[in-house]
Amino acid sequence: MFLKNYISEVAGAVKSLLKGMKLTGYYFTHRKEIITQHYPEIKPQLPERFRGEVVMLHDENNEHACTGCTACELACPNGTIKIITKFDITPEGKKKKAIDTFVYHLELCTMCNLCVDACPTGAITMAQNFEHSVFNRNDLTKKLNKPGSKVRAGVE
Amino acid sequence: MPSLENITNTIHTWLNNHVSSTLATLIEMLIVALLAMGLFAILGLILVLMERKVSAYMQIRLGPNRVGFKGSLQTLADTLKLVLKEGLTPNGADKLLFNLAHYVVMCAAMLILAPLAFAKGFQIWDINIGVLYISAISSIGVIGILMAGWASNNKYSLLGAMRSGAQIVSYELSAGLSVLCIVILTGSLRISDIVNAQQNGWFIFKGHIPAIIAFVIFIIAVTAETNRAPFDLAEAESELTAGFHTEYSGMKFALFFLAEYVNIFVVCAIGATLFFGGWMPLHIGNWQGFNHAMDFVPSSIWFTIKVFGLIFLIMWFRWTFPRLRVDQLLNLEWKYLLPLSLVNLLVMTVVAIMGWHF
Repeated sequence: MFLKNYISEVAGAVKSLLKGMKLTGYYFTHRKEIITQHYPEIKPQLPERFRGEVVMLHDENNEHACTGCTACELACPNGTIKIITKFDITPEGKKKKAIDTFVYHLELCTMCNLCVDACPTGAITMAQNFEHSVFNRNDLTKKLNKPGSKVRAGVE
Repeated sequence: MPSLENITNTIHTWLNNHVSSTLATLIEMLIVALLAMGLFAILGLILVLMERKVSAYMQIRLGPNRVGFKGSLQTLADTLKLVLKEGLTPNGADKLLFNLAHYVVMCAAMLILAPLAFAKGFQIWDINIGVLYISAISSIGVIGILMAGWASNNKYSLLGAMRSGAQIVSYELSAGLSVLCIVILTGSLRISDIVNAQQNGWFIFKGHIPAIIAFVIFIIAVTAETNRAPFDLAEAESELTAGFHTEYSGMKFALFFLAEYVNIFVVCAIGATLFFGGWMPLHIGNWQGFNHAMDFVPSSIWFTIKVFGLIFLIMWFRWTFPRLRVDQLLNLEWKYLLPLSLVNLLVMTVVAIMGWHF
């Protein structure tokens, strides 16, 4: 009885080891299974919801939907966003609050998506660009609204 | 066709005709030493690259593929990096032993090359106790490892070295017993006799099941003796950082690394000699036509193919099996491999006495 147990133990061990070797042998002989991507030569296929950086959407008239409400600045957990506002003079001669500069500190951003959720007008979104390496860290502080852009008419 | 045997014989006669026999022997020794060192350097470069490629393909990766054609110069670049690094000796270390250990490991690996037959008539020293010499020298390497672990003055290094000692002392037994199975079939410890006895078929075929069991035990035991996964408890990077060579850097580390790969080559060469006929081509009994066809492939090529096949097998083990715990390691040897190899030795003796092998 002892001998039978002993031999079946050895046989079971050998069987399970051979099973493992069969799998690695299969991977060794089947190169099509390789999952490594040749990154710099071939750009990776990123999922649609990949979060790389925050961008502000501009249309062809260089107009965006940001009203300067600072909801994103308040929603940001680590002070990534700083909105500088100014006062435009409307044709009626009234002062109207508008965005001057949307300052975005990429080096502080954790890509948590809270600012995009907080935005009431859908002005900002997450982009797929992930190659953010720069030689000077000041380059990571970005202005998201393009120069000369203004808020789209009708967006309040 | 110029075979290695002809080349060595030509050099030998030319030297003896031109200089005195003492000087000729000295020059031959120098040539042999240079060849051995050259073999070491080439083996280091090839085997490290092979290991990285094999491991990559087994883990569904690509492996080194930037330096040179498909990464073929990667190990050369790594060597250059290691040469340029500082070889640091820690303050608390035993300076002499610390700086001696890697040479001991290298020398032990180098000494085993002596009785190996690389091709027909191409052997450094055809000593009449070749197999005994190999099993004796292969346990010297552990002294270097113990030295490195002790002299580093580091608890991880010491633990790794002690584990290595326990491991090699245990696994020497079953490796020796499985080698004895082949010695029983041959009746000689001389490597050239063992190879010549496989003229009409390799021992793994001639010795029936006992020879196959002996081969399996041998390959497990030598994997343990060379401190490779799944028996890499001596370095166990997840437990002991790098075990006995934690404190080593630069070329000192590179020598340990090189010694590991040379040891793999050496044990695979021994395995190929004992079980797969060394340089002997694939001969089947008395099939004259088949045997002659096989003889067209040079003996050095046969030897290389066999050795690299076994090296691939050992790499396959490394990248498939999980590491054993230290108590499991000793259980495996003393409760399973040792009884098995003792019984196997008995069966092999019966086979040899009754003449059941062909």
